[in-house]
Amino acid sequence: MTLDELGRYLSSPSNREQLVEQFGQHVYLSLVPLLLGLLVAVPLGWGAQRLPPVRAVVFGGASVLYTVPSLALFVVIPGIIGTRTLDSVNVVVALTLYTAALLVRSVVGALDAVPGPVTAAATAMGYRPLRRFLTVELPLAVPVLTAGVRVASVSNISLVSVGALIGTGGLGVLFTEGFRTRYLAPILVGIVLTLLLALVVDRALVLARNSLTPWTRLTPGGSR
Amino acid sequence: MARAWGARLIEFQSVTKAFDDGTVAVNDLDLAVEAGTITVFVGPSGCGKTTSLRMVNRMVEPTSGRVLVDGRDVRSADPALLRRGIGYVIQHAGLFPHRTVLDNVATVPLLGGWTRRRARARAAELLEVVGLPQEVGRRYPAQLSGGQQQRVGVARALAADPPVLLMDEPFSAVDPVVREGLQDELLRLQSELDKTVLFVTHDIDEAVRVGERVAVFATGGVLAQYAEPPELLARPANDFVADFVGRDRGYWGLSFVAGGALRPDEVETVTVGASGVVSGDEWLLALDEDGRPRGWLRPRAVVSGPLSEQELEPGGSLHTLGLPLRGALDAALSSPSGRGVVVDRGGRAVGVVTAHQVLELLAAERAATQARPEGGR
Ligand SMILES: Nc1ncnc2c1ncn2[C@@H]1O[C@H](COP(=O)(O)OP(=O)(O)OP(=O)(O)O)[C@@H](O)[C@H]1O
Ligand SMILES: [Mg+2]
Repeated sequence: MTLDELGRYLSSPSNREQLVEQFGQHVYLSLVPLLLGLLVAVPLGWGAQRLPPVRAVVFGGASVLYTVPSLALFVVIPGIIGTRTLDSVNVVVALTLYTAALLVRSVVGALDAVPGPVTAAATAMGYRPLRRFLTVELPLAVPVLTAGVRVASVSNISLVSVGALIGTGGLGVLFTEGFRTRYLAPILVGIVLTLLLALVVDRALVLARNSLTPWTRLTPGGSR
Repeated sequence: MARAWGARLIEFQSVTKAFDDGTVAVNDLDLAVEAGTITVFVGPSGCGKTTSLRMVNRMVEPTSGRVLVDGRDVRSADPALLRRGIGYVIQHAGLFPHRTVLDNVATVPLLGGWTRRRARARAAELLEVVGLPQEVGRRYPAQLSGGQQQRVGVARALAADPPVLLMDEPFSAVDPVVREGLQDELLRLQSELDKTVLFVTHDIDEAVRVGERVAVFATGGVLAQYAEPPELLARPANDFVADFVGRDRGYWGLSFVAGGALRPDEVETVTVGASGVVSGDEWLLALDEDGRPRGWLRPRAVVSGPLSEQELEPGGSLHTLGLPLRGALDAALSSPSGRGVVVDRGGRAVGVVTAHQVLELLAAERAATQARPEGGR
């Protein structure tokens, strides 16, 4: 393959239009489940952290779910929730489940890492459990939790490509098309864009974490 | 508060706590805490001090028996509301690391529905009460020294002005010098704010220093003795208490013998700045213009020119007339001349005492106490 070939691929307006559309699809299909998965994992993790029996069930379920191959999940979900096979909702649901399965452990780990005297102090001050969770434990869980979210974001961004095999959108379409037409340029562009997306999202997560946790970067006696 | 001083504000009635694993942390505790006093729970690690404290604000529920606060069984109160009315200073400070000092202190007022502005203004007031400069309010807990963190913990517990304060080893994480400062501060606060304080420590020195009444716990959560410090030191109820309060309790006992009968001797003095000073066979006590002690001039010293502080041996601690005898003994033992300087409340020297004088006085006091039939304390 030559740079020529790449140049020709990128110079076609219809190709460029397709790139932009699939990139947008990819962002949507990977980040919406990331957010939804987090929203599912947080209350589950809260329950699991407080109640040992819940922890056993949640952790067991998460492990089993995570061993189901993604392609199988994409195919099975329509049968369960009644969507059409090619619906992108299938990908969203499947990735939400994966994300939740991955993050629930992070949530529990992050909550376990909140210092005992701090939660005890909150209780002693007269916090009720829900408010204590939202305003004390969750903010303090952000550093550990972010580590889990970063892994999940990369995992989602790569898994979305698999969806192309069952005909949903995203940058994976470039791979299937490249293979079908034995044409390398779209595959290459697809790989680069996927990596780029993963890097940008990761960077954004780090920035978000830093702005949420100013207190983690302090030295005794120093100023903010 | 319209409550008679000395009323029973906190009461443990046959309280037992057994944890699920069978550990009996508190065993049949009967004890009443008087309003407006500092009561200390002291004992070795694992003897149930924290557990007892936490039954007052329902962080631990008794297995049997009742805990009353202001005459009401705590079990009849909503736990969160009960806790907002009881200050708690937790072991290891337990400040919220993600909130500034000011917002940490404002916690309970905010929970009580105050506006943020009002709660912060109150918090700023509290920083002053515990002796912290205002700029500390903008910092995060990680930017404070251990002693400052403890002060913030105390300020946070006081923010909603609760009548009862529970303190679980509040000063155990700071070095002895800072700790002594914090203890003094607590005593000052208590005399100003008139709280009922339940204070936990494993340090007997701290217990007799801050406590008006001291409960000594033995392993297994059994109350071994509940008494005022002088009583505890003079008449331990059993071997466990005797052992726990330790051998130097005689010296500590001095803390409670009033020094009113002490008659200081006169001493030869010089004034700092005087010229041509020559000392004889005795140490000379050097004073400033206002009569406050500055140090001692050695025997047979010849000073040409005005007497400056460089020529003086630093004096030891000072004993204030009328305070307990322990201070007089300290002063005598720490003075280079072997004579402790006694000052009046204004800090002006009134005379000196030797350790021998203090001990004689002590022996006389003791003889007098024993002559009385069952010395009523
Ligand atoms: N939640 C719990 N479950 C089981 N046992 C407990 C629990 N909390 C405390 N204990 C046990 O109860 C006993 C008393 O504990 P507690 O914390 O009241 O002691 P303490 O006097 O405060 O000790 P320390 O000076 O070490 O703080 C100990 O043997 C402890 O191990
Ligand atoms: Mg304890």
